[in-house]
Amino acid sequence: MSAEPTAAERLAVDALLGPPSPSEEGAPSQPDDRRVAFGGYRRSVESRHLLLPALHAVNDTVGWVSAGALNYICERLLVPPAEAYGVAGFYALLSLEERPARVAHVCDDVACRTAGGAGILAALEGRPDVHPSPCLGQCDQAPAVFFQLAGEDDAVLVGATSDRVAEVLAGGSLRDVPPVVPQVGDPSLRLLKRIGAVDPTSLEAYRGAGGYQALARTVELGPDRVIAEIKASGLRGRGGAAFPMGIKWEAVARSSAAPRYLICNADESEPGTFKDRVIMEGDPFAVIESMTIAGLAAGAERGYLYIRAEYPLARALLQNAIDRARAEGLLGEDVAGSGRPFEIEIRRGGGAYICGEETALMNSIEGKRGEPRNKPPFPTQVGLFGRPTVINNVETLINVLDIVLEGGAAFAEIGTGESTGPKLFCLAGAVARPGVYEVEFGRTLGDLIDLAGGLTGSGRLGAVMLGGAAGLFVGDDHLDMPLTFEGARARNATLGSGVVLVFDDRTDFPDIGTRIARFFRDESCGQCVPCRVGTVRQEELLARHQGGEPLDEELFEDVARVMMDASICGLGHTASTAIRSIIDLGLLERSRG
Amino acid sequence: MAEVTLVVDGTTVTVPDGSTILDACRALDNDQPTLCYLDNLTPVNVCRVCVVEVEGNRTLVPSCSRPVEEGMEVDTDSDRVRHSRKMVYEFLASSVDMGLVDDDTVAWMDRYGCDPDRYGPPADPADDRDLRKAGHHRIGPGTAAETVQQPVKVDNELYVRDYSRCILCYKCVEACGEDAQNTFAIAVAGRGFDARISTEFDTGLTDSACVFCGNCIGVCPTGALMFRSEYELRLAGMWEEDGQTVTRTICSYCGVGCNLDLHVQDNRIVKVTSPMDHSVTSGHLCIKGRFGYEYVQELGDLAVTPIDDILRRARIDNRGRRRRPGPRG
Repeated sequence: MSAEPTAAERLAVDALLGPPSPSEEGAPSQPDDRRVAFGGYRRSVESRHLLLPALHAVNDTVGWVSAGALNYICERLLVPPAEAYGVAGFYALLSLEERPARVAHVCDDVACRTAGGAGILAALEGRPDVHPSPCLGQCDQAPAVFFQLAGEDDAVLVGATSDRVAEVLAGGSLRDVPPVVPQVGDPSLRLLKRIGAVDPTSLEAYRGAGGYQALARTVELGPDRVIAEIKASGLRGRGGAAFPMGIKWEAVARSSAAPRYLICNADESEPGTFKDRVIMEGDPFAVIESMTIAGLAAGAERGYLYIRAEYPLARALLQNAIDRARAEGLLGEDVAGSGRPFEIEIRRGGGAYICGEETALMNSIEGKRGEPRNKPPFPTQVGLFGRPTVINNVETLINVLDIVLEGGAAFAEIGTGESTGPKLFCLAGAVARPGVYEVEFGRTLGDLIDLAGGLTGSGRLGAVMLGGAAGLFVGDDHLDMPLTFEGARARNATLGSGVVLVFDDRTDFPDIGTRIARFFRDESCGQCVPCRVGTVRQEELLARHQGGEPLDEELFEDVARVMMDASICGLGHTASTAIRSIIDLGLLERSRG
Repeated sequence: MAEVTLVVDGTTVTVPDGSTILDACRALDNDQPTLCYLDNLTPVNVCRVCVVEVEGNRTLVPSCSRPVEEGMEVDTDSDRVRHSRKMVYEFLASSVDMGLVDDDTVAWMDRYGCDPDRYGPPADPADDRDLRKAGHHRIGPGTAAETVQQPVKVDNELYVRDYSRCILCYKCVEACGEDAQNTFAIAVAGRGFDARISTEFDTGLTDSACVFCGNCIGVCPTGALMFRSEYELRLAGMWEEDGQTVTRTICSYCGVGCNLDLHVQDNRIVKVTSPMDHSVTSGHLCIKGRFGYEYVQELGDLAVTPIDDILRRARIDNRGRRRRPGPRG
């Protein structure tokens, strides 16, 4: 359709892409235009990955993406407008219709809704600038609100009230809140040791606290020995799938294809999870150093750090860390004297839980809809831009620092046989001191709750959500369960992303279950039938139950089973597990209110 | 070429390396249901109706796109497979108008015992599906089963888009894009259950990049995309597929040699397709071959047929512009 961009929209896109060259579409017309060939298939393919950044550029500056702005982006990047529209509409935080310059996304997900999130939404109901939001990763400081402010940086409000939200929407300002970890100062900390203790903006401070020794050691050892140490460490991925990390690295390192890529998955969106945010906000240089080590070891030339849009503070601190590291030769053409190049680029999500799925994330970086790919082939064979790719989440990556410095064997001594190393858990809900806790693998669920100061609320446990909305609820008979991969497996549980969200016995569990059903319906990409329709039917079943009908368990089971068996990706596979566990614990039939 | 041997439902079969499980099934005449798969398109494996159980795999796998491996053991009729197929059909039939799917699909649905009514009565049609935003659906009481029922899009004389019949198989997007036409006029928009096929900002086809090749109609398995002529005749209750003849001919517009199948009812061409297995077209045509048949029939010129009045609605009236529309390409 025909529509022209405004001057502001044009400027926003040009600020990202540079002004159009005279031979490009979108440039002011020149008398000799007809003699110049421009564009072509190749440029179209090569520039597609800039689509999401360009959409963000307009959305950030103007507050929404008009037809004129979309057309201008499409002209500049040679993307068909229908495809760009399909990509833009995939992301909850990009708006394709005009909206107020300031918009509040109020978390009413599992942790925030009972902590005041639902109340804020009720108080501000009907305002066009207030929307409910899935988990914002601030569960230890609930309730949380994410603000999109046209022309200014996005911002987050924690411990929110409806008055404060209204104030910010009316033009009030917000201050960044530095992350707090309850264990600060504990000398046994490995992953959290610098958080709250070392200035996250200063490379000097990071170096003074042991930073960049592991990279120096990596350069000394060389890729083969680093990978050998990682394998010896037994380190498994902390994102939920618990895949041995050394095997991924080795597969990519052994590939002869070029270029190869490294991705740090910082799209932490699993409800109840906030550990990666705390790391990125509190120790951003550690993330950059770990990525650099991974890049050198796997033979990748380029790393992408894909971070959810709802983490503006982390993004700013990571960009600062990248800039400082590059200025000191720790990134760039010759990383730390290794003779090898490595660069890191930050990419921002757009409000889509599914983009935490590794192949959806890759499609998102490539400028496509964040729809997961069928596997096999796996990312180590065919990953980002079709190349071999290592993808690890933030917590997994920062373990590399200690492994390189102390050796894989020493690392493997920590924890238990199958679950080596330290592990972060996100404690929130009805506990006295919510926050990210670091323990050696092997502590029980009960230990963790005690570490966080014990139960609050009624003082009696209702259930614990383990591993996120894609995880499951367990009762007090699981308090003695060791939180290890093997310990969880033995009890048909999962550690997932390390969520330990505690609910007391006064919790409205049917409401929590319904919210989880809503979450999966909202976040399903819509690609495959089992998940696209199954998440709707699941929500309808729970809604009918909320309306007073008994739950049709047989139908629920049929719906759950096809999602688990036949969906393309993990979202569909796990979309029913938490709700099923609520049913199994008998919590759906308990008092409603 | 290297070969791979595998076992499908207890029968050993050897196929060329790079074949899919579906290829292996076909080599055994072991029929499998498909919806989003078509021989002339790249598999997108989204409908999941062709899933099979492969030993050693935690979840079921799509047979249309999973390459065979040496020693693979495939079960196409296990309890899990039957359950998933039944549910996929049920999910679709409970949310989409499947009234025009082919007989094979109906037979598969019967075989698996689909009961789409068990999700409750269908919800009222919606007129806002094109406006829905990712991550924000309306929360209902759950007493009616949500559907994709919505008004049909009639914005040109050549074809209509009835997305109440759309199962989101992606075939039209592929045919419009890299698999055939390279026009990219349509794409999937929205997310989740609100995902839909759309032009940019849901603009009408005449304002979009559409070149009216009609290749999207050619691949649509549910009748969501339909010739305007067929649509109008169906609306008037005058579409008589059983009484139609199909005549194969060669397109006269240019020298490529595309085969055309002329579907004729009451001595009138009512639709044009191309055989999927034709080496020149693979089933795809251009606007001239698919829609440019007006010059062979002057509606109302012969003894008046009852359908002529209807067919006039599906005709570009170019009398004012070109006195004698010629057969040149």
